Amino acid sequence: MFDRLSDAFHGLFRTLSGKGAISEANVRGAMGGVRAALLDADVHLNVVDTFTQRVLDDALGMKVVEGVEPGQQIVKIVHDRLVELLGGTPETGGATPGGPALASDHIPRMTPGPTVVMLCGLQGSGKTTTAGKLAAHLKKRGRSVMLAAADLQRPAAVEQLEIVAQHVRDEAPGSARVEFYAEKDRVAEYGKAVNVAVGVCRRAVDQARKLGVDTVVLDTAGRLHVNDALMAELKQVQGLVQPHLVLLVVDAMTGQDALHSAKAFHAALGIDGVILTKFDSDTRGGAALSVKHVTGAPIRFIGTGERLDAIEEFHAPRIAGRILGMGDVVSLVEKAQEQVSQEEAERLNEKLARGQMTMDDFLGQLKTLRRMGPMKQLLGLLPGVGSMLKDVHIEDRQLDKVEGMINSMTKEERRNPAILNMSRKRRIAAGSATRPDEVGQMVRQFEAVSTLARRMSSMSASEKVRAAREMGRQGDAMLPGLRGMPGYASRGSTHTTSVKDRFKKRKR
Amino acid sequence: MGLFRSIASKVRQGLEKTREVFVASVRSLLLGKRLDEGLILQLERRLIEADVGVKTTARWIDSIRADFKAGRIDSGDHVLAYLKGELKRLWPEQDRELASAPRGPTVILVTGVNGAGKTTSIAKLCSALRKGGKSVVLGACDTFRAGAVRQLEVWSERLGVEVVKGQQGGDPAAVAFDACAAARARHADVLILDTAGRLHTQDSLMRQLTKIRSVVAKQIAGGPHEVLLVLDATLGQNALRQAEEFTRAAGVTGIFLAKLDGTAKGGVVVAIKEATNIPVKFIGVGETPDDIQPFDPEAFVEAMFAE
Ligand SMILES: Nc1nc2c(ncn2[C@@H]2O[C@H](COP(=O)(O)OP(=O)(O)OP(=O)(O)O)[C@@H](O)[C@H]2O)c(=O)[nH]1
Ligand SMILES: Nc1nc2c(ncn2[C@@H]2O[C@H](COP(=O)(O)OP(=O)(O)OP(=O)(O)O)[C@@H](O)[C@H]2O)c(=O)[nH]1
Ligand SMILES: [Mg+2]
Ligand SMILES: [Mg+2]
Repeated sequence: MFDRLSDAFHGLFRTLSGKGAISEANVRGAMGGVRAALLDADVHLNVVDTFTQRVLDDALGMKVVEGVEPGQQIVKIVHDRLVELLGGTPETGGATPGGPALASDHIPRMTPGPTVVMLCGLQGSGKTTTAGKLAAHLKKRGRSVMLAAADLQRPAAVEQLEIVAQHVRDEAPGSARVEFYAEKDRVAEYGKAVNVAVGVCRRAVDQARKLGVDTVVLDTAGRLHVNDALMAELKQVQGLVQPHLVLLVVDAMTGQDALHSAKAFHAALGIDGVILTKFDSDTRGGAALSVKHVTGAPIRFIGTGERLDAIEEFHAPRIAGRILGMGDVVSLVEKAQEQVSQEEAERLNEKLARGQMTMDDFLGQLKTLRRMGPMKQLLGLLPGVGSMLKDVHIEDRQLDKVEGMINSMTKEERRNPAILNMSRKRRIAAGSATRPDEVGQMVRQFEAVSTLARRMSSMSASEKVRAAREMGRQGDAMLPGLRGMPGYASRGSTHTTSVKDRFKKRKR
Repeated sequence: MGLFRSIASKVRQGLEKTREVFVASVRSLLLGKRLDEGLILQLERRLIEADVGVKTTARWIDSIRADFKAGRIDSGDHVLAYLKGELKRLWPEQDRELASAPRGPTVILVTGVNGAGKTTSIAKLCSALRKGGKSVVLGACDTFRAGAVRQLEVWSERLGVEVVKGQQGGDPAAVAFDACAAARARHADVLILDTAGRLHTQDSLMRQLTKIRSVVAKQIAGGPHEVLLVLDATLGQNALRQAEEFTRAAGVTGIFLAKLDGTAKGGVVVAIKEATNIPVKFIGVGETPDDIQPFDPEAFVEAMFAE
């Protein structure tokens, strides 16, 4: 998403680093480029101006450090300022003054309960979907939750939340209670239900208190920040139920307007936090900077897909790193750790080192990798890959095929692929809707990979990187799942069946 | 062609009102003002803030500046006329008409990223077509998002048209197939297909769109006659990528620019037109079925400089 912005920065600093020392002229020149890159990334004009001025001041006052490229030094300044603008490191940024402290899971629990969270935002920004994600997030942490349908005007908005609540109940990990509250008979056409939400929200919170629910999430109707009647309705809800957390849901693909709408919502409600959705797109995401700038409220989560678990904490340093093309290795590692237990990883490593990896192990790995998220998204987290990525076409169909082929093999064949003769290959091909020669190719690739994996296990980190790159260069011939990169998971292209997997990606 | 006219006449009135508002606020910035470097810089900011994009803005501003220095233009009025001319040239009227089939149902396939306003825009198109005396069938090909089918169904009930639906989680192409069959059997004038929101970066979902398109093409000669990409006017430069990718997958023929009733200007469609030649055909200005207008480049330019 921030990929292209990082490309732009890369280009800039390449020209800058060639020059011996920092002169006012070349810094100003570079800042012109930074400005254009940020505008291209949809950061609001005013924010861009403030930002570039600050960086310029810093850069001009900078002492040239012996042995450090001036370009590198400016990269650091730009990075630090970007982090600052995005909300600082977790220690420095965070809670709004006087607001609730920022708990590690970003939804502090209030006593006495229930904790009330109100979601608001423009039409179609992702409020209802996010309500479901927050419910799943809380359920996973053992906190019971009530989803309350406060959108009484959009057709089928209540039904949508009801279905989402059912999904959370059925599919999200954890055993905490998930309640749904709605008053279906109060639904009315657009413009005729103004203020009805006020009473609905109050009764929902009362009900939650009675039921002893930990947290209530109010899913309000989408509205324009310039619609006075609907903004007044939100203020009334706020006045009456006193939500502990008012969260603004913003589409990360928003352009310059993000500044205006966020400003207006903040002026009306005093928002406590922001959730940026649709970060799984390739948007450069400059709206993050604009919104943060005008509200000062922390960005608490980012949405990275339509599934219930497609929600992540927001980390300013990582996102800034992404902007600058430094990659976001920490996120990647965390994702991997969530999927693979320590023992599992050690067991696999040992097998790899001994050259004992079987097709079963391979299939397991492939599935794990694909569970981690869309390939392009994950690749974007790796340093330097971002800029290469846009030209690479990742074939998830290929991964489907590989899964299909291995699934069609017998236990014996998986353990010892050498026994695959033509008739066996034909059977596998028929079972997986592939061609026999594709089966043969896959097996050869598997063998090449397992040989390389054995060799790699004795290499140093840098040697590994080199070897992996070497492999990558062989292009399509290699199995994507073991190129040291995760596979591509998407709606509708998976073959996994466990309950947890179904939660991860419902079939489309 | 007839389709567009009938819609256009229904909404002209609303448009006039909008235009008055626009003209009033454009006046404050441009009209009756002497042109100077300060005004040019202000203009540049307005264009950027309208999401026109750095490249197109630079091109326009350079050309205004050159004309100014050469003494060819010297007032804000000139600038406005220049920009209106540019946009009218960019979007000739014939490009903005809704395509229609010579015989049999006209099929309109509606696509776009998540939450752009597809389903609502379909209700608007449907309402306008109904008012123009056309019979309409809707196809609920969003079998994925929670409550999506029900949402379209509510609209169909309110607008009094038939909706063809399939199973939740089912194959959207199969729904498209059934919808085509139903539209033919009922001799409907227009079939509008709603699709699930999808990001242009999701290969498998983009392929699914291609498949829906080819199912329609096999069922109805010349179909889909119109492939509308619904764009949220609040979108930034990413809309450009969306236009490119949706065109690649589904052959987009026109843009429905939704949510222009907020403060967003939707200026990115200018960059899109330059890059892909896709015209804007309609704009959405609210959440009810009446909130649709044919796209008018002149009003659009004026809105860009409105407060
Ligand atoms: N790709 C992607 N899609 C998302 C994300 N969050 C929400 N969506 C999709 O965006 C669309 C709109 O989401 P909703 O949750 O209905 O949005 P809303 O703000 O409740 O919409 P209104 O109530 O109509 O204002 C749906 O298609 C969601 O599936 C995200 O993080 N990534
Ligand atoms: N203000 C305003 N809101 C609009 C307009 N068009 C659509 N909306 C609102 O935007 C939200 C999303 O609209 P939908 O029609 O559900 O969008 P969609 O593209 O079908 O969404 P998905 O199917 O989830 O991808 C709803 O709350 C609509 O009422 C418009 O022109 N102006
Ligand atoms: Mg909603
Ligand atoms: Mg829809």
